[in-house]
Amino acid sequence: MKTALITDLHANREAVEAVLEHARAQNPDSWMLLGDFVGYGADPGWVIDTVRELVREGAFAVQGNHDLAVVQGASPHMRPEPRFVIEWTRAQLDASQIDFLASLPLTVQREDQLFVHANAWAPSGWEYITGRMEAVRSLHATNCRYTFCGHMHEPKLFHLSGTGKAGDFVPTPGVPIPVPPHRQWLIIPGSAGQPRDGNPAACYAMFDDQASTITYHRVPYDHDTAGAKILAANLPQRLALRLEDGQ
Amino acid sequence: MDSKLYSQTLGYTGKDGDATGIPLEAGQVIDRFRLEEKLHVGGMAHIWRVNEVNHAGDSRLPLIMKVPRIKGGEDPATIVGFEVEMMIVPMLSGPHVPKFIAKGDFTRQPYIVMERIEGPSLKPRLDEAPLALDEVIEIGSRVATALHDLHRQHLVHLDIKPSNIMFRPDASAVLVDFGLSRHDHLPDLLEEEFTLPMGTGPYMSPEQVQFVRNDPRSDLFALGVMLYHFTTGERPFGSPDSVRGLRRRLWMEPVPPRALRADCPPWLQEVILKCLEVKAERRYQSAAQLALDLQDPSQVALTRRAERLQKSGTIRTFKRWFFALGAEPGQERDKASDQLGRSPIILAAVDVDSATTELLEQLRETVRRIVLTEPGARLACVSVMKTARIGVDELVDAQGRSLHVKQLVGLKHWARPISKGLNLDEGRLTFHVLEASDPAAAIVEFARRNQADHIVMGARGASGLRRFLGSVSSQVVAESDCTVTVVRAPTPEPPV
Repeated sequence: MKTALITDLHANREAVEAVLEHARAQNPDSWMLLGDFVGYGADPGWVIDTVRELVREGAFAVQGNHDLAVVQGASPHMRPEPRFVIEWTRAQLDASQIDFLASLPLTVQREDQLFVHANAWAPSGWEYITGRMEAVRSLHATNCRYTFCGHMHEPKLFHLSGTGKAGDFVPTPGVPIPVPPHRQWLIIPGSAGQPRDGNPAACYAMFDDQASTITYHRVPYDHDTAGAKILAANLPQRLALRLEDGQ
Repeated sequence: MDSKLYSQTLGYTGKDGDATGIPLEAGQVIDRFRLEEKLHVGGMAHIWRVNEVNHAGDSRLPLIMKVPRIKGGEDPATIVGFEVEMMIVPMLSGPHVPKFIAKGDFTRQPYIVMERIEGPSLKPRLDEAPLALDEVIEIGSRVATALHDLHRQHLVHLDIKPSNIMFRPDASAVLVDFGLSRHDHLPDLLEEEFTLPMGTGPYMSPEQVQFVRNDPRSDLFALGVMLYHFTTGERPFGSPDSVRGLRRRLWMEPVPPRALRADCPPWLQEVILKCLEVKAERRYQSAAQLALDLQDPSQVALTRRAERLQKSGTIRTFKRWFFALGAEPGQERDKASDQLGRSPIILAAVDVDSATTELLEQLRETVRRIVLTEPGARLACVSVMKTARIGVDELVDAQGRSLHVKQLVGLKHWARPISKGLNLDEGRLTFHVLEASDPAAAIVEFARRNQADHIVMGARGASGLRRFLGSVSSQVVAESDCTVTVVRAPTPEPPV
């Protein structure tokens, strides 16, 4: 069974459209959306509607920290910029869209596969998996062979052997990587809506549990339009500029 | 944290014998393969001759099955090498690797089924070393060609040695055993597994001793060790079995081959010692560049390496030792393919006899710009002496030789501004005069044999000559395996 994994869409309609088109061409059997549907970008309503439609057709989606923040509203402790973005995003959404974000689970488990936005040891704490140590901590916190995470915007693959040897790898797009189930794997597809590894192309991944392979993909999209919309919405200029060079 | 037991995770019983704990027997069928005969019992794996059950008797490839050996209580890391091989072999293709057929479920019965390469490996030949020089050169050239093909497929072998080299009936080299290899596009499962350098003691490159696992030039070092051994009958760095012994190669120079074998030509010593340089930057920058030298010794640029007849003196060795103390590997390479990309072979096909001055100039300028952008590039200048289809022997006489020399002189003259301007050192510039009745075919064949990355050549103008003779460049473009740039001389605008 082929599963398309898309995460950190961040209200970027142009990126999501490009990723969906690319993924659909490969006829995935299921879809997993790993959270952070909103925040940063100018099209939160369209992205939520699209995700909701996919979920209605059988996709799974988990909640990200940006989704929760929009549900809860900005807190006075936040820095001005995120507070502004959250308030702006809330103002674009209707009640049913906010309800949809609120209804999302923190984790989904399917057989030996765990889907979670940030990490497996404390999904609601939103701590980042920045390196092998955190990856091992997350893999030890679950019995699942495969963990799929978002939150980190750069594509990455971690593995842990039965003897406790861990490694990490920056994947090459388009190459199926064998991920046999006698190891544990932590798969970070990378952000669709706001890539940060210096390559502006949108990220997603395709998991084939029959062949035990994961293929990371990069999809170029019209980031100029996405950036122009951010500027037109009077959202912070920085958020538009970073789409251009994927930073 | 490390409470998970490896054997549990893998589902192994951990007993002596093959992976499942139950010894495999002839006649047994695993998945769709019937075990016929155990061909080889190795330290890490058994090799079985197998047949595909539903294909018995037809003309398919002869097959072998490689099955890992695991013993209870042994370092479980050894099986990771097999896992690595199971990941890598399906990614490789072409004549220089055994064709991959199938692999087994790692948790049930790990195995790899692949094409059987008949005949012995190069290993028995070690006992016959020193070998005839022609044969050493032939082996080196064939193995370098195979290595370049694998490096192009994003692989660094990291265990090049005679027992891992076999030959097809057409004499092309086949490299086997990828248990220590590193593929650019796959996670390196071995990286964290071992606390000791990985490789085979006598052949391990200095950077491998220092845990660098992604430099294709490591394979050239290993090939250099092999060529040294076949030439002299001795190992350049012995067979160390400790890390301290392995590190000696960071500062201790090998005895120059010519000191051990008087008839070793200086150029061959140059080639071998260049492969054995401690710093990878001083070796050949790609296996194709090494193969090119082995195939055309007259073009090897001789340096002090070629003349050496003894090891460096005590003071120099002490200096090398001192600087090697705690030495860390130099700049790290990201990927095998990056290194290759930086070290292309550029082939300039120059028609010194009949091209116009404008075209020759334009061709030179284009070649100069290409070489300028690739500091690791090597430029091979080629001209073709057209021989008559009949009566080829005419050229073998004195007149023929002088024609050959004349072409060579013309070629060198053409390239002079490039070599002067770019300061191409140490054999980065070579000249080759080919004799053929079909110039395009000769250029394509030369490029293929030397694994050139880019052919640059001139186009005949829109002249009666092209109509009469046909276009050489269009034939090269159509038939060549690599990039071809066709250069035209600037033409004045046609009158309106």
